[in-house]
Amino acid sequence: MLTRAEQTRGLAAGAASLLLIGLFVTLPTAALLMTAPDGLGQTLFDAYTLSILRFTLLQAVLSTFLSVLLAVPVALSLARRSRFPGRIWIIRLMAVPMGLPVLIGALGLIGIFGRQGLLNDLLTSAGLRNPVSIYGLTGILIAHVFFNLPLAARLMLAGLERLPPETWRLSASLGLSSWSTFRFVERPALAAVIPGAAGLIFMLCATSFTLVLVLGGGPAATTLEVAIYQSLRFDFDPPRAVMLALLQIALTAIILLGLGRFATTDRSAGGEGRAPKRFDGRDPAALAWDTLVILLATLFLLLPLASIVVSGWRADLGRLITMPAFRQAALTSLSIALTAALLSLLMAGGIIKARSAIADRRHQSKHLAAFSTALATLSSLVLLVPPVVLGTGWFLLIRPFGQVTSFAPFLIAAINALMALPFVMRVLEPAVETHVARTRRLSASLGIGGISRLRLIDWPGLRRPLFMALSFAMALSLGDLGAVALFGSNDLTTLPWLIYSRLGSYRTHDADGLALILGVICLILTALGTVGHKEKQ
Amino acid sequence: MKTTPAVQLDTVTLKLGQADFFFDCTLAAGQVTAITGPSGSGKSTFLNLVAGFETPDGGRILLEGRDVTGSHPGERPLSLVFQDNNLFAHLDLFTNIGLGLDPGLKLSAAERQEVSDALARVGLAGYEKRKPGTLSGGERQRAAFARALVRKRPLLLLDEPFAALDPALRLSMADLLAALHQETHNTILIVTHDIEEVRRLADEVIFIDAGTILFHGEKRIFLTHRDDDAISKFVLPS
Repeated sequence: MLTRAEQTRGLAAGAASLLLIGLFVTLPTAALLMTAPDGLGQTLFDAYTLSILRFTLLQAVLSTFLSVLLAVPVALSLARRSRFPGRIWIIRLMAVPMGLPVLIGALGLIGIFGRQGLLNDLLTSAGLRNPVSIYGLTGILIAHVFFNLPLAARLMLAGLERLPPETWRLSASLGLSSWSTFRFVERPALAAVIPGAAGLIFMLCATSFTLVLVLGGGPAATTLEVAIYQSLRFDFDPPRAVMLALLQIALTAIILLGLGRFATTDRSAGGEGRAPKRFDGRDPAALAWDTLVILLATLFLLLPLASIVVSGWRADLGRLITMPAFRQAALTSLSIALTAALLSLLMAGGIIKARSAIADRRHQSKHLAAFSTALATLSSLVLLVPPVVLGTGWFLLIRPFGQVTSFAPFLIAAINALMALPFVMRVLEPAVETHVARTRRLSASLGIGGISRLRLIDWPGLRRPLFMALSFAMALSLGDLGAVALFGSNDLTTLPWLIYSRLGSYRTHDADGLALILGVICLILTALGTVGHKEKQ
Repeated sequence: MKTTPAVQLDTVTLKLGQADFFFDCTLAAGQVTAITGPSGSGKSTFLNLVAGFETPDGGRILLEGRDVTGSHPGERPLSLVFQDNNLFAHLDLFTNIGLGLDPGLKLSAAERQEVSDALARVGLAGYEKRKPGTLSGGERQRAAFARALVRKRPLLLLDEPFAALDPALRLSMADLLAALHQETHNTILIVTHDIEEVRRLADEVIFIDAGTILFHGEKRIFLTHRDDDAISKFVLPS
């Protein structure tokens, strides 16, 4: 259906994306491998490295287990109470941690679970001596549960709500008890979702950087990612960083391979549509249990967010906004975010164009099919090589050629663009597919092509998803601390970096105020990036 | 002959959003009653009230002479067959049908045999271990009938049970339903918008329009009814 020129252009765009991303990921990886110190195996498995690896896995396993386990009752209760007052807002609240920069979430959690936090105040006034510590393993677990329980709960809720409404009528009519309903209806529905959700959460926790940096960090609570950062930034020990980075790549590769075994769960989270009417759980005990579970979960999510707002409000926001350091950081952050988002869109566009050009051909050669598959898996390359590892590789590559700081903004933007790529693809690809299916034949038969097709057909049709993808990618880049952590300095400060350094110099009031500002910006952008998405579905 | 009516809706009122419903009728035991009418008229709401999926705002619902107005769907003496999704998709046919006998699936040897017999009766002998996903639409509806059989409830409610099937299959399924009715003599309420199905299956007809019963009586009279515009439009092919 496409003209020959369009075909060629599509393939060229895909090849360019492939080349760009491939080079950007493989060059630093190659640099890591080349600078790998001799006797790699020896240092690779020294006691300290092993303890880091063990902690990385331990915290990831525990975080995943707790997040999934605690999400089960939340999802069950929310699914059963399809008419719970404010239900839709509770479900929207569960989407907030996903759009919230991790650093800001951590600040909110410190506000509640920290030494001077609400919980410890309560415990102390109740006469308890040893307060809960937000630092170390406990803190990392609390934080990972805060970010991932809602994700797991939403995925499970979606799994339950995907059941046809007749299921609930049938169970009611057959007189299934709560236990029978769980056994024959809810458990199988959850079982279909849990492996995928757990795999995803394990991957997120195993590569978690910011939370561990803020809440862990000591020798007893360091993950690979943070250890890479520390060996490069504080110990200035590139060989060690290289070695840890290679270990990290091996670890993520193993996890990704393991994940490939599970059927890919579609990550569409539920609850925004009309929940099917339920007829079970009418007895007071069930109602009390569900209410308790929902309220506790809501409180657990809401309190840290409230803490961000309250302590941010207490800071001198007026002074912060007029502060030159803030303006500088905001400007840097915005330009990096915009560059990253546009770059991400461009790469995604290339991939999508090439894939649809290949799909359009009647006869596909083996090579083209392989090319298409390579493009499809491209966006998961970034998962294999986490941002800190990418940064380390590029750091090693650029160092011989001059000041790393002068290249840093571009590197950060490129790393952020890559991080956003899977999300951008998820928004854009289906949108483009439907758009093409809807307009392809008509445009071809009318002979509309080139600029006029772009202006009259494609732009109006794809404007919305493009903006959604753009704002989502910007939110991701704006809130990211991982890429900037390696390169941040007095000359190069983004908003998260500014917050992190204020936190480090014990100017927590400033950090709180800035966190509120950044959090609001990111949430607005994420909301813009997701709300329209749901409307469309 | 004075027997207890199978279904009695005593001045039942219900408001759903903007729509108002009012039903008042009595159905004799052992009859096949077709609930019909234009789409959106309230046929399914009528069935939902009887089944217990909707609770009336006013009036009473009696099944087998017992007031069930506020009862849970599981406490009512009835079985249900929907248009689709009658089976739990991840459970095999044996479990699906066994759940109709005991909601905790604690089955005696005799009851297990009963499940197999019911499957054989609807033409699915040996299908115990099959999952619903491997069956055709017609076979799934047959399995739903098998469950209704083992439940032995005096009342069977069917909500457009054949609407998703092709015409030939619809005919054979209607024959099966009629045969089962001959054996069990239960009371059947079947919601349908298909006038042919009314002709084929019903003893009595309830015609619902705009949330209320316009006609309730014998099929013979319904099919020759010419007084009402809505009904004659429905009965006569245009």
